[in-house]
Amino acid sequence: MTIDVVGVSKRFKSFTALDNVSLHVRSGELVALLGPSGSGKTTLLRIIAGLDWPDAGEVRFDGEDALERTVRDRNVGFVFQHYALFRHLNVFENVAFGLRVRTGKDKVPDATIRAKVEELLHLVQIDWLADRYPGQLSGGQRQRVALARALAISPRVLLLDEPFGALDAKVRKELRRWLRQLHEELPVTSLLVTHDQEEALELADRVVVMGHGRIEQVGTPSEVYDNPATAFVHDFIGETLALPTDVRDGRLYAGDKPLALDSQGVADGPARLLARPHDVDLADPDAAPFAGRVLAVRTFGPTRRADIEIPGRNGPVVVEAAVPHQQDLPTGGLIGLVPRRYRVFNANA
Amino acid sequence: MSAGRQSLSFRQRSVIPGFGLTFGLTVTWLSLIVLIPLAALVLKTTELSFDRFIAIVTAPRTLHALGISFGISFAAALVNAVFGTIVMWALVRYDFPGRRIVDAIVDVPFALPTAVAGISLTALYAPNGWVGSLLEPLGIKVAYTPLGILIALVFVGLPFVVRTVQPVLADLDKQYEEAAASLGASRGQTVWRVVLPTIWPALLTGFALAFARGVGEYGSVIFIAGNMPNVSEIAPLLIVVRLEEFRYADATAIAVVMLLTSFILLFIINRLQQWTERRTTES
Amino acid sequence: MSVAEIAPPAATPARVVRRAPPVHTEPAGVRIAIIAVALTFLALVIGLPLVLVFVQAFAKGWQAYVAALVDPDALAAIELTLIVAAISVALNLVFGLVASWCIAKFEFPGKSFLITLIDLPFSVSPVVAGLVFILLFGSQGLLGPFLQDNDIKIVFALPGIVLATVFVTFPFVARELIPLMQEQGTAEEEAAISLGASGLSTFFRVTLPNVKWALLYGVLLCNARAMGEFGAVSVVSGHIRGLTNTMPLQIEILYNEYQFAASFAVASLLALLALVTLCAKTLLEKRIAKDH
Repeated sequence: MTIDVVGVSKRFKSFTALDNVSLHVRSGELVALLGPSGSGKTTLLRIIAGLDWPDAGEVRFDGEDALERTVRDRNVGFVFQHYALFRHLNVFENVAFGLRVRTGKDKVPDATIRAKVEELLHLVQIDWLADRYPGQLSGGQRQRVALARALAISPRVLLLDEPFGALDAKVRKELRRWLRQLHEELPVTSLLVTHDQEEALELADRVVVMGHGRIEQVGTPSEVYDNPATAFVHDFIGETLALPTDVRDGRLYAGDKPLALDSQGVADGPARLLARPHDVDLADPDAAPFAGRVLAVRTFGPTRRADIEIPGRNGPVVVEAAVPHQQDLPTGGLIGLVPRRYRVFNANA
Repeated sequence: MSAGRQSLSFRQRSVIPGFGLTFGLTVTWLSLIVLIPLAALVLKTTELSFDRFIAIVTAPRTLHALGISFGISFAAALVNAVFGTIVMWALVRYDFPGRRIVDAIVDVPFALPTAVAGISLTALYAPNGWVGSLLEPLGIKVAYTPLGILIALVFVGLPFVVRTVQPVLADLDKQYEEAAASLGASRGQTVWRVVLPTIWPALLTGFALAFARGVGEYGSVIFIAGNMPNVSEIAPLLIVVRLEEFRYADATAIAVVMLLTSFILLFIINRLQQWTERRTTES
Repeated sequence: MSVAEIAPPAATPARVVRRAPPVHTEPAGVRIAIIAVALTFLALVIGLPLVLVFVQAFAKGWQAYVAALVDPDALAAIELTLIVAAISVALNLVFGLVASWCIAKFEFPGKSFLITLIDLPFSVSPVVAGLVFILLFGSQGLLGPFLQDNDIKIVFALPGIVLATVFVTFPFVARELIPLMQEQGTAEEEAAISLGASGLSTFFRVTLPNVKWALLYGVLLCNARAMGEFGAVSVVSGHIRGLTNTMPLQIEILYNEYQFAASFAVASLLALLALVTLCAKTLLEKRIAKDH
């Protein structure tokens, strides 16, 4: 099923949670909403689910107006951040809940419920926990129960709010792989909210990067990583080395020094040159566009990083550069920085 | 400080001083005020032969009094469980003018002396009272009947139910209700299958507390009850009656029965509270 | 994938719900009905009786009200009530502090049993509480002959009334303090002692300031109950007018003599005390929440 969000806005008192957001999700796709806290991603998910209502805009499921239906009739599977498992029901009954509450002509026979729940518990690999209560489960197990419960109603859309947020790092990685695999087997259109870029990039078909209630960029993981559309996306995803520059007459300057670098069509004014640390080479300070003083060099595992202080518009700024293992870099010495791949953005944008 | 030195092996070591002193004082004071007097009751009972004890306890008037105390307390606790839940729900979930004042009023039975409540409820529900005069034409008599006892015990027990359940509902994360709704449950189904089971242990605890309080209640009941032996005479009143007749053995025997039942209730309440805690805290 | 598809519920006709999603609340009609039932119930059981106390007290006018209060027996009852409350509250204040220090700051076997014992008076009928003192100190009581030989009067006198009151108000202070002090732990006391403070100065400079509002709250509740206690005091007092009648007992006597206005006049004082206690409670609860 497809999801269309058209021009959705939502305010909470004076805070704008969503500002004219539009998004198209294709059928069977797994899309990650990625952004820092307060970016509006959870609000968007809750509006799609029918737990919140927008002030303006439309939400369509397969072209049909979803806002006319309450969450109850929308048939979405929602996995809550802290799972919201019913503590007084065991795992089996938690998963069966959505089927048990159907009455009248929709009533599901007991045998069907049993078969469906057993199948789901098998699918999420916790059939041996059917009689346990949520309080007796580990975080990862609760996560699987929450997912099975959401899937039990054969949802048209699966919505997951920070599904791995409450888990420790190791379990998180394992479950992430498992969820991706599950999605391949059971291609329900899925939307996942996360603030963890690694999670979004590894798991999703497409990533929606959100900031300040707006969508900054939509694209595949490699698109948003390699070709960030805005400075916000560049800063938020992956490591960023930011160098202060100015654009004058369409040319890049570092202070008064003209640079032999492409200004990428950015309008005149202060600008930021953004690059991944591994796309910046160290060079002779006299021959490089940027130069600075080495403050410290750190080694952790395979990576080596140097804090380099370079002059900026308002005093010196410290950037963190990648250092090849064999290179000798004395603290206090001058070093040049040559960006190989970079993007230039207006500093005020 | 010999007590302190002795107790070093008995308690876990701590740098904070004063264990021996405070422990000694606590135990001494508890013994003087609570334990020895209660022991006196038990000792006095042993002066009775077993047959005599059974004879007193199974006398029709005693059985009636105990039956009224326990039966009406149970009914009052039930009324409070239902209406207390409604009151609590309105206080936690809805906003209405005067909500904070109404919330404070729930505590009045905790603070208002029982004798004051007793005469006031009687005046209110007497045939010429504000409410009693409205019920009279309908043929409902409240004051000086068992129904009056019920009203008094409802008054006394209400805050126990409300104050036990209120924090549990207030702390209930709204995501549980959202989860139920997203799974297709109607509002009624959500309340019935998700919210009520969550507050159920607390409700049972509140019920038990109100019940236990009702069984021992005296002051607010005796004015409104009419105190007719075998009809509207409560067990605590029968103890007082026997004392005034200098039938100490009878008073003691009834008191022992009441004390034992309150111990059993206390035990059950403790268990319920542990259950509530287990239910409401994430492991 | 092999998961058997259970068809979603038959599509209900689209309802227009563009505004306020009714996820965590009931329809307006149900909401209003619940509030109405709650308010009616509270009015019938608590509100009207409270109002009625004051209406009845002034039923015969101001002068009758004042006359009822300055009646020598009423004044004696007020005086006795104040004395009993002062002694009981003071005793239970000291005990409450001592017991909660012992329970909250130390680990020792039998602690939960000790807490149960402290809570015990809550679950004993006030009449039984009075009875035990009669059985202990009454003329036919265990210590009766000894007391008579030495001409000591406990029952039907001030000591008996105080004992019974102390018994029923016993848990109030300790109950407020123990959970708060347990939650606050021992880190601050340990810090004070490591900085060289003595046990007493640790208590007065560190522990007491941390629990002062809860302590005040406990004292208020203890005081309200001490002044209002009826059942236990009624059993041990002997109802001697002008001598061993506390205010609640005076209310009973006047009421039974059909002096309703006078009875409600005395009752209005206790009702006022209850209202003041509740106001203070509301204010204090905010302070205590801050200490947590």
